[in-house]
Amino acid sequence: MATIDETKTDAGSGDAPKYKVIGTRPIRHDGADKVTGRALYGADIKVKGMIYGAIHRSPHAHAVIKSIDISKAEALPGVRAVATSADMPEPGDKIAELGEGAVNLNHLSSNNLARTKVLYKGHPIAAVAADNIHIAQEAASLIEVEYEVLPPVMDVLKAMEDDAPVLNPDVHTEEAVSGEMGDKPSNIAKHLVYEKGDIAKGFADAKYVVEKEFRTATVHQGYIEPHVATSLWNNDGQITVWTSTQGTFSVRQQVAELLDVPLARVKVVPMEIGGGFGGKISVYLAPVAAVLSRKSGAPVQLVMDRADVLQATGPTPGSYIKVKMGADADGRITAAEAWLAYEAGGYPGSPIGAGCMCVFSCYDVPNGRVEGYDVCVNKPRTNAYRAPGATNAAFATETVVDELCEQIGMAPIDFRLLNASKEGTRRIDGVTYPRIGLVETLEAIKNSEHFNSALEGDNKGRGIACGFWFNAGLKSAVTATVNSDGSVGLLEGSTDIGGSRTAIAMQFAETLGIAAEDIKPAVVDTDSVGYTDVTGGSRVTYATGWAAYEAGKDLQRQIVARAAELWEVDPSAVSYEDGCVVGPDKRVPFKEIAIELSLTGEPLVGRGVSNHNEPGGAFGAHVVDVEVDPDTGKVDILRYTAAQDCGTAIHPAYVEGQIQGGAVQGIGWGLNEEYWYDTEGSMRNANFLDYRIPTCYDLPMIETIIVEVPNPGHPFGVRGVGEVPIVPPPAALGAAIHEAVDVRMYELPMSPPRVLHELLQKQS
Amino acid sequence: MAKKRIVTATINGREEEFLCQPRQTLLEVLRNTLNLTGAKEGCSNGNCGACSVVMDGKAVNTCMVLAVEAEGTEVETIEGLAPGDGLDPLQEAFLENAALQCGICTPGYIMSAKAFLDKNPNPTEEEIRFSMAGNLCRCTGYDKIVRAIQQAAEVRCGKTASCEKETV
Repeated sequence: MATIDETKTDAGSGDAPKYKVIGTRPIRHDGADKVTGRALYGADIKVKGMIYGAIHRSPHAHAVIKSIDISKAEALPGVRAVATSADMPEPGDKIAELGEGAVNLNHLSSNNLARTKVLYKGHPIAAVAADNIHIAQEAASLIEVEYEVLPPVMDVLKAMEDDAPVLNPDVHTEEAVSGEMGDKPSNIAKHLVYEKGDIAKGFADAKYVVEKEFRTATVHQGYIEPHVATSLWNNDGQITVWTSTQGTFSVRQQVAELLDVPLARVKVVPMEIGGGFGGKISVYLAPVAAVLSRKSGAPVQLVMDRADVLQATGPTPGSYIKVKMGADADGRITAAEAWLAYEAGGYPGSPIGAGCMCVFSCYDVPNGRVEGYDVCVNKPRTNAYRAPGATNAAFATETVVDELCEQIGMAPIDFRLLNASKEGTRRIDGVTYPRIGLVETLEAIKNSEHFNSALEGDNKGRGIACGFWFNAGLKSAVTATVNSDGSVGLLEGSTDIGGSRTAIAMQFAETLGIAAEDIKPAVVDTDSVGYTDVTGGSRVTYATGWAAYEAGKDLQRQIVARAAELWEVDPSAVSYEDGCVVGPDKRVPFKEIAIELSLTGEPLVGRGVSNHNEPGGAFGAHVVDVEVDPDTGKVDILRYTAAQDCGTAIHPAYVEGQIQGGAVQGIGWGLNEEYWYDTEGSMRNANFLDYRIPTCYDLPMIETIIVEVPNPGHPFGVRGVGEVPIVPPPAALGAAIHEAVDVRMYELPMSPPRVLHELLQKQS
Repeated sequence: MAKKRIVTATINGREEEFLCQPRQTLLEVLRNTLNLTGAKEGCSNGNCGACSVVMDGKAVNTCMVLAVEAEGTEVETIEGLAPGDGLDPLQEAFLENAALQCGICTPGYIMSAKAFLDKNPNPTEEEIRFSMAGNLCRCTGYDKIVRAIQQAAEVRCGKTASCEKETV
């Protein structure tokens, strides 16, 4: 596996290590808690007097709620409270900015407890709190709902037809450019168009043109920890929520908005989070548990089971995509056009915008047009999933690129190197790239041992693909408290899904020139740290790391001023260098000065905030070898290598881990995962065994190449890492399958039945 | 509602007596009655392995075991794995290899791996992948987990006299 040293050579950067802490691999600070079972996740908290809740969910994918009878549930001994949407305030048409985009609060509220209609199977309708979970579940099953069942709309293109049943009477088509709204209710919530250059001329200039249609299935984030929230509505009106979430401040705002209480009355306490991948930003349970708490007078815990998670949370959209690309005789792209329709689920809000911006993001396209639609269907309301919208789009574009290369007779890696986006390239949606590392990433693949190794034998093939994600900046805050022994407590608001406590602490340690082990990072509640946006958008190492850097700088300034006072010299004669405060004839390491200052004055507390939006953008390129079983259509992965520009790898082991984990989620998306719906709109594989995320037996080791093209928009050159690696795998696998058995796959997942179908078609 | 039963089992080396309803799973009793929350509930139907503990030498999904079935058994949970101070070689290996990200699958993974290495102290990568396939991880892509189990096997072999495979 590539080490940080090898990759520095790959990226052509300097010889001597630039940093002391950054680039090392310390044991994570929360490690012992997590390998001993001591770490407390969402469901591990027991608040004094806590009771348990359960939710009654819709058996129908699409229906009008005629009446709800809770009397039998209320009468069951042990039941302490029953709630329906009547217990939640009506939010009206209010729109709130919730960290990863604007959200219609009426839709969010109805997604927590349905008001007039149910829009997917599993849609919550009523909730019960009882002395124990068994009574709560029994009571929930006693709730009687009378429905007018409507035909479900399960397909994105059918949902767009004029005579399709309309899910939401309040949704009209919004034209993203003009802001105009359609005159009648529609399943099409949004229509976007991006254009650049002269598309007709571009295709006229092309010698080679490929146009294909693609379908991708609905897939789920698949975090192992189900959603859980524990809420206490105290007698003074203060609400406390203990939950595992990607954003405590986002939960605080959602709970306050949905319950119509002032923000300051809600405190959110982060529990350890058992995976999120974008799916643990929206609230599902916290406001409902709070309502049950108000009614019962006790703290209430609500936990989902796996079927609830799959049927009523997450997923990322199924999609229909059409891509057309043209290239000249030299293999240079002359034009590209895409038409994308993403399933939003029951309420608007698919990542169609990101899909449109990402679809050609890896290429310098002189003439382009991208059109996108956000479309409601009777599936769960979609949520972010690792580079939301990008994987669907990349599957289409990268497959078309592979076919274009076949027509031109050009090696796919060379076509990509020729046409790669670089600094100054303007995307079709108008954004011009700063310094990015796609070319370096492609070169890392081209120079890799894997890419240059022989692949021999029948039914084997190799494929490559690349991918892009924007990354995000947004707001972060940390507080650094220096202890009297020279160690530092680091309070932060970014919930830690994958080791970010350590990545943030390392940047702080680097700033002060001390050891990562001397930092004690802690993720604290919303009353205890400054506002911090969600753990999402690959932003935490970038943005909260930057805040930690600022906190270190703040401490440096304080230490310099205090040392000058102590040494009775002018502050201009004192500086902070290389972990030491330096004055005339003096050079005192941080630890010593911290101890000295703790005895001679006020406590040292540093603050750091950040709100920067130059996250740099990140690119990945993957190569995969597969073997296809011609009798079953099963695809086995023989070897997999992922290269990615991460700017600067703070903790390389966790950078590798993000790349490996993302690649494997992309492999699952590409080869196996999908929601199977019957004609009634009922998901038939709502469990892990049948939904079947990859197991360790499905995979080889995932080799990684860390490319480091420092981001000029960060003190340490950090680019986000987490999201890009999910983007290339499906297309890389599709290209490999094509090389192996000469069939083209245009639909995800490329599961054994689909591959076998194509093989049989080819034979006949 | 069925009457509660008294169950006696050895849990992490100590004899424990607890009351449970016949319908309660061992997972529910471990977590809610005995406050051993290291075993996690990920699926409630034996699919994910997050609730794995070692019962009479075998890894079991405690969501698929009724608490009353624990009568007379020896149960080892993640809470009992580490010696007084310090960590078990498996725990060390998971940390040193960065074999966890969110960490929710980690206790189950470590307990399954312990039962596996007790039976097969010197496994191949293929054997690790085959035997651990009942434990799902969504964060790591398994690469570092497999390496951690390989490292733990080496360390454990170094500490014991023989690493011969046990004949079944």
